[in-house]
Amino acid sequence: MLKAKVILVALGAALVVPQALAGSSPEEDRKEVVEYFKQRFPDVPFKEFVNGQYALDDDRRSQWESLQDFPPYEFAVADGKEMFEAAFANGKTYASCFENGGIGVRQNYPYFDTEKKEVITLELAINRCREANGEKPLRYKKGDIASISAYMASTSKGKAFDIKVPDESAALAAYQDGKEFYYSRRGQLNFSCASCHVQNAGNWIRADLLSPTLGQPSNFPVHRSKWGELGTLHRRFAGCNNNVRAEPLPAQSSEYRNLEYFLTYMSNGLPVVGPATRP
Amino acid sequence: MASSIRVRAVQNGGVTSLKALVRHPMDSGFVKDSAGNVIPAHFIQVLTINHNDKDVFVAHWGPAVSKDPFLECRFEGAKKGDKLTISWVDNKGESDSTTATIG
Repeated sequence: MLKAKVILVALGAALVVPQALAGSSPEEDRKEVVEYFKQRFPDVPFKEFVNGQYALDDDRRSQWESLQDFPPYEFAVADGKEMFEAAFANGKTYASCFENGGIGVRQNYPYFDTEKKEVITLELAINRCREANGEKPLRYKKGDIASISAYMASTSKGKAFDIKVPDESAALAAYQDGKEFYYSRRGQLNFSCASCHVQNAGNWIRADLLSPTLGQPSNFPVHRSKWGELGTLHRRFAGCNNNVRAEPLPAQSSEYRNLEYFLTYMSNGLPVVGPATRP
Repeated sequence: MASSIRVRAVQNGGVTSLKALVRHPMDSGFVKDSAGNVIPAHFIQVLTINHNDKDVFVAHWGPAVSKDPFLECRFEGAKKGDKLTISWVDNKGESDSTTATIG
């Protein structure tokens, strides 16, 4: 018993928990995060972090693996493909709004639009494309937008995230805003995203296993068993905010987009695995 | 129209493992839509896996089974290359079936 305590104290001393990343650039921050989780979970290969809790628990992993033959999002992705390829009333398709016709581009989102001075996420781009072509925008958390986004993500499966933070003040401010959101306590329970996903990654919260920050956005849109359907990253942000009894923000609000910007940058180099399944 | 049944069957040491995903709303008849109207019950009642004119697996499903049911089962007596027929009938009398080859 005493031996266990000694080891724990030593571990605590060795690990520098990045309470508020000390790096002076996004890349330095990212390296700090990678290093922290590498020390925290030395047996997990870098690329495996995209599988979240399934990289940390063998029993859950075997259940998840047996589900992968026919993942529950299969039909939604097929629907998403149909919707993606269908023409708008004006005859154009989504392909006209995206680089490479929208195929194999997931790993570049979100990006910072230096003209509009804002973060553009994939779901935002999908709706902007709709509006530019005279169509009504879709609701952001679930349903058709999740299916289309899931299809687009599936065409990028395996590609490494390559988020860029241009060296200019507005982009860096958006990144910084997202980073501060991640590390700020909020809600009645007074937790920050980092409280669970940095300090307590790998620990149990009731019946859930907390995933590390590293690799978190890679598997979105995600089919959660809890939802019984696909949901977007911003749906999850709202859910997490609700969980700590904080007022959730609207999906695709600038705060959530900046948060997604920071979070996805932290996962640079990791492969796109969306859509994926989670409890 | 594409089949509602996606299936994969593999043989290993005399035992065939089968996984299938069936696209079906599986409405229980207890859920109301946003307008307050009950969504009528619409669920698979019987699902059968047939091999060489013998039913090797029969499932009696009902409203407790969720949307897009996933099935996994094992049975003996079949070999690689054999054909299987998976079919279902629901409470509205609708049905679908598909064949699969054991890999």
